[in-house]
Amino acid sequence: MRRLLSLSFAFILVALPSFALQQPPSPPEGFVPASSLPGQEQLPAAPLVIIAYAVVWLLVLGYLWSIWSRLTQAERELADVSRRLAAGQRR
Amino acid sequence: MKKLFTPLLIVTAALFAYAPFAIQNAPYESTMGLVQKIFYFHVPAWIAMFLAAMVCGIAGAIVIFAGRKDADRVALAAAELAVVFGLMGLITGPLWGRKAWGVWWQWDARLTSALVMWLVFVAYLLLRKYGGAGSEKLSAVLALFGMANVPFVYWSVNVWRTVHPKTSVVMTLEPSMGIPFLLCSLAFVGLFAVLLAARVRLETVRASVDELYLSLED
Repeated sequence: MRRLLSLSFAFILVALPSFALQQPPSPPEGFVPASSLPGQEQLPAAPLVIIAYAVVWLLVLGYLWSIWSRLTQAERELADVSRRLAAGQRR
Repeated sequence: MKKLFTPLLIVTAALFAYAPFAIQNAPYESTMGLVQKIFYFHVPAWIAMFLAAMVCGIAGAIVIFAGRKDADRVALAAAELAVVFGLMGLITGPLWGRKAWGVWWQWDARLTSALVMWLVFVAYLLLRKYGGAGSEKLSAVLALFGMANVPFVYWSVNVWRTVHPKTSVVMTLEPSMGIPFLLCSLAFVGLFAVLLAARVRLETVRASVDELYLSLED
């Protein structure tokens, strides 16, 4: 799993500069009325706004969960080692 | 910090609960319309990212020159937050750009420098995870480079030609847009402080576990 993650990350690092080399689309020859734009250009804003806010909330909640689970694990380990240490000192 | 944590958590939660209503009541921007509302989370996410980068850099400098372990814990926590808040900015920005500029991404000065700064903090975390013993000081140097990027990223829109709005946009906001923006910015700064405190606490507990293991071996 870790190797797969490392490989994916390495791929992203290698692929990013190749996107930078892509040529930008050529400018239009003349003015185009908005009504005759292809469907792709008449993009509704609402889904983009909803996705943006959902991403922010998911990242915040995901990170909070990550800290909480790591902290719980570390505190459990701390209690366990403290108990072992106390038992060792009593002997 | 312990005394401040609960009030800060309550204030931050209240600000985040109120933020959607403030954003909804803010007027539509004349040229971009609804999609401009991403601004109210996008810019505060970058403010929190810059804050995290500066905290990480300052803590890194303390690690390098004073060798303090508590500063190292703060630097690691801040670096992780810089990656999280940076990721928010890097995802919400293209969603805005797709509608406002017609493209998801443009390799201009602002976007590229922001991506590079984010990658510096990803590198910091990778170095801490896989760098082995002694990686603290090496990563502290990386934190300084990450912090040094902040003014370049901030002023890049004013110095170079870029599709990104200039920094003057924030200063010239109408009160009807400025107040929701201020609320969201305060919410993100509060969130940063709360998460930083929680993340530092995690590192402190981990350090205590390591110390106890050493005592156990003795």
